[in-house]
Amino acid sequence: MKVHAPATVNEACEMLARAAAEGRTLRPLAGGTDLLVHWPSKSAAHEGEYLDLSGVSELRPLVWRDDALVLGALTTYWDVVREARVAAELPLLNAAARQVGAVQIQSRGTWAGNIANASPAADGVPVLMAYDAGVALRSSGGERVVPLSAFYTGYRASVRRPDELITAIEVPIRSRDVAVFHKVGPRRAQAITKIGVAITRLAGSGADRWRIVANSVAPTVVRCREVERLLDSGARITSAGGFMPALQADISPIDDIRSTAAYRRTVMGRLLYHSLLGACSSVV
Amino acid sequence: MACEDGRAMEVRLTLNGKPVRVEVDPRERLLDTLRYRLGLTGSKEGCGEGECGACTVLMDGVPANSCLVLTAQCRGRSVRTIESVDAKALGPMLASGATQCGACTPGVVMTALWVKENPGLRDSHTLRELMAGNLCRCTGYDGIIDGLHAWVESDARSGGAA
Ligand SMILES: Cc1cc2nc3c(=O)[nH]c(=O)nc-3n(C[C@H](O)[C@H](O)[C@H](O)COP(=O)(O)OP(=O)(O)OC[C@H]3O[C@@H](n4cnc5c(N)ncnc54)[C@H](O)[C@@H]3O)c2cc1C
Ligand code: FES
Ligand code: FES
Repeated sequence: MKVHAPATVNEACEMLARAAAEGRTLRPLAGGTDLLVHWPSKSAAHEGEYLDLSGVSELRPLVWRDDALVLGALTTYWDVVREARVAAELPLLNAAARQVGAVQIQSRGTWAGNIANASPAADGVPVLMAYDAGVALRSSGGERVVPLSAFYTGYRASVRRPDELITAIEVPIRSRDVAVFHKVGPRRAQAITKIGVAITRLAGSGADRWRIVANSVAPTVVRCREVERLLDSGARITSAGGFMPALQADISPIDDIRSTAAYRRTVMGRLLYHSLLGACSSVV
Repeated sequence: MACEDGRAMEVRLTLNGKPVRVEVDPRERLLDTLRYRLGLTGSKEGCGEGECGACTVLMDGVPANSCLVLTAQCRGRSVRTIESVDAKALGPMLASGATQCGACTPGVVMTALWVKENPGLRDSHTLRELMAGNLCRCTGYDGIIDGLHAWVESDARSGGAA
């Protein structure tokens, strides 16, 4: 195993570029809460090469711009929990952060690691996607910002090239009149999500106001675009079942060790119905 | 900077308030460095997957699972382990049934110490939420929570560090 310890983003990108050019896999290491699980038994992983980001102080800060909250790639859940302004202005980030693992995971786990790990059960991703977040990807060739909703291409696959580092997550600050996050798991702490949903609605009139983002019900975290269209159309939905035709098109849950497809579908309908009943009585 | 297998990597950190320099294998976890290189066997390995909290240390003052951190990542950081804690200072936690077999106790104490030393946490979180990353198979948790509650309240009563 080899651990590379860059001090700057430029150095990190050069290391990634060199590895990519030479056909070597160089894996970024942030909080380690995904990569280091059962580490002593993962001897194959020890053969690999890692890019330890912990010394890259440029990646640390969480910064408020006029129009966006920018989470540097090393921003942890706990950084967000401690930032009172997040709870006030982007409450779903606070809600999700507090429900990831427990404090020991929140203090180390990063939002960027959650995105890059690309688990369909990731809890940080739905709330970021419901806030229209963008992922800043940097390589030695330059930077691009990809909407998180266009980041995943399939199960554990994304548009991130091996020579690209996630340097930041940009969360635009816009006025929203609905913001709900639900995580259904076997217990409150240290639980992997069976079904989760993040819901927002932009304030005002206009079209394209709803964001419905679900986790653990498809190969990736997904925007439920049919449900969004249904809600944007102003349709009145009077039961959980009223969401089902749209949900059928949006989600494709499976039976696995954590739950069943049927349970996930049923509960997703009910989560939507009851969330919107509480959050926005004009819909149902 | 890069470091490979077999070749030792030099890491300087602050451990229990003192500067320490260790030479470690790059794949070594903080938990292993503490236990097997430095002889600090207070931190326990329960699960090795971040679930149980028996390996909890304070990293820059906040609880972290030392089974999920490479020692190489601790360059320049401050780490505090159970060995820094004077048992006599634990007050009501010693007499509330907060420990039985003791396997979880070092981790429980480190998280409890963090709660005790940061009274503001209780404005936003319940004690049970703050302690959720420390699993215990023996006590049924009430002894831990009752002891911690009495401990944090003892400050309020004596007008101390709140
Ligand atoms: C006990 C336990 C409980 C957990 N509970 C939850 C939970 O409730 N909800 C949840 O969603 N997750 C949970 N997790 C998973 C994990 O904590 C999160 O996914 C976390 O956000 C990962 O971040 P990290 O910094 O630790 O990632 P790492 O383990 O360091 O890396 C994860 C992946 O991301 C890549 N990566 C990291 N940073 C970058 C970057 N800047 N650019 C490019 N690639 C990068 C790495 O190469 C790796 O593939 C849990 C894990 C444990 C052990
Ligand atoms: S041994 Fe580290 S959390 Fe269980
Ligand atoms: S006292 Fe035995 S596990 Fe907690």
